[in-house]
Amino acid sequence: MAAEFHNLQEMQHSALLVTKVFIQRDYSEGTVCRFQNKFPSELNNRIERTLLEETVKTLNSYYVEAEKIGGQSYLEGCLACATAYIVFLCMETRYEKVLKKISNYIQEQNEKIYAPRGLLLTDPIERGMRVLEVSVFEDRGSSGSTPSSSMSSCSSAR
Amino acid sequence: MSAVMITRKVRKWEKLPGKNTFCCDGRVMMARQKGVFYLTLFLIVGTCSLFFAFECPYLAVHLSPAIPVFAVILFLFVIAFLLRTSFSDPGVLPRALPEEANFIEMEIEAANGNVPAGQRPPPRIRNVQINNQIVKLKYCYTCKIFRPPRASHCSICDNCVDRFDHHCPWVGNCVGKRNYRYFYLFTLTLSLLTIYIFAFNIVHVVMRSVDQGFLNTLKETPGTYPFKLTVLEVLVCFFTLWSVVGLTGFHTYLISLNQTTNEDIKGSWSGKNRIQNPYSHKNIIKNCCEVLCGPTYPRYLHSLSYSTIKFYVSVLVRSPSPKESSPSPKEEEHPPAPKLPPLASPETDAETSIAKTH
Repeated sequence: MAAEFHNLQEMQHSALLVTKVFIQRDYSEGTVCRFQNKFPSELNNRIERTLLEETVKTLNSYYVEAEKIGGQSYLEGCLACATAYIVFLCMETRYEKVLKKISNYIQEQNEKIYAPRGLLLTDPIERGMRVLEVSVFEDRGSSGSTPSSSMSSCSSAR
Repeated sequence: MSAVMITRKVRKWEKLPGKNTFCCDGRVMMARQKGVFYLTLFLIVGTCSLFFAFECPYLAVHLSPAIPVFAVILFLFVIAFLLRTSFSDPGVLPRALPEEANFIEMEIEAANGNVPAGQRPPPRIRNVQINNQIVKLKYCYTCKIFRPPRASHCSICDNCVDRFDHHCPWVGNCVGKRNYRYFYLFTLTLSLLTIYIFAFNIVHVVMRSVDQGFLNTLKETPGTYPFKLTVLEVLVCFFTLWSVVGLTGFHTYLISLNQTTNEDIKGSWSGKNRIQNPYSHKNIIKNCCEVLCGPTYPRYLHSLSYSTIKFYVSVLVRSPSPKESSPSPKEEEHPPAPKLPPLASPETDAETSIAKTH
């Protein structure tokens, strides 16, 4: 774990943040959390389409699992209601458990797939479940010109 | 030039825009105006205290000891649901960070094309298809986002809230996706409690009149039962009854149709030319189950997680005070001094998503 962080940190120090790409929510099935599986054109040269689509599909399946309305959610809801929701002070909700799984999955994907390609996924919960943010980095050695955007100059000053 | 790395943890809710107040390390979140909430608490606790002090001893002895026990249980539930509604995050959507806001602006400009000078640009609306109905998503100029379906901006709290129902001053908070069921259960249990106290007050007066005669009951002598307090309780319960029971009925109706108060007031799904509610399952039981027994949604604000800010300070220039290097609330990157590097806002620092401490 520490070794990976060291690698990502090194990437951070030596890399330049070029841009951020946002994968939007897919509302076609209502307000359930789902991200569009449209491949952003900015990432054409950076990552294979299938890898990103696979990540988005897995994330969507996690959210479906979290928001499923079925036997377990009824039980959880009724038990919580009967105890005036005090039980949530000691128990973790199902959604929170799935969010932890999602966080681990994103971290694993970042370490294995995205960081080696100079990309970084941000957990959607950090952005209010509105977007799946993909940060695009450029290796400092390869890029000659300094982009004028403020966030890049901030990164370069680190 | 040597550099020293200093890590400072900043709680995200300290930097949060919007007119909310936070307590208990960010766990409690309320609107700024809390006066009416204190009034609600006072009325409930006050009336119940009078009931327990003056009616319950008589009723426990002459009717059944189960009466005060049940009243206590109802009272505890009411207070629990009230506090849960008032203190929880209703589902506030965090505002867009600069990159996201710019990205959306660029998309809007690309979609609008060239607007001739002097002409107003078209309204910022995004059409999405939900269950084969076209729903318009409006752009929020304060939060710089296209609001998700059913979200609305609360002007009192200055936040966009997911599945916004209404802002309730009695509860001192917005009612939205995360606390709607607590709000509904609060009104329901409060209705039951009000009816309960009202009914047993009447029973108490009737029983005393039968025992002592009605005129004796009305007379107030020291050491005997104070009738004026019962009258006060009955009055409070009577007025509360009409409003709270009515409200509970209204929300039961809304839940069965899977609508929010906001949508009902605006008439979003009513009328001939309007579209039907795309979120309703067309089945009352399914709608109720979704609203009341659905999953407990997480906070978007993550007030309990910390952002780690790392900044490098050039030792040769000078040692700046921590205040100089602390981030400004609007997350602008102003270098504190020409030679000092600009401070990254925590959200744009990709390391924070890796180095997030729980």
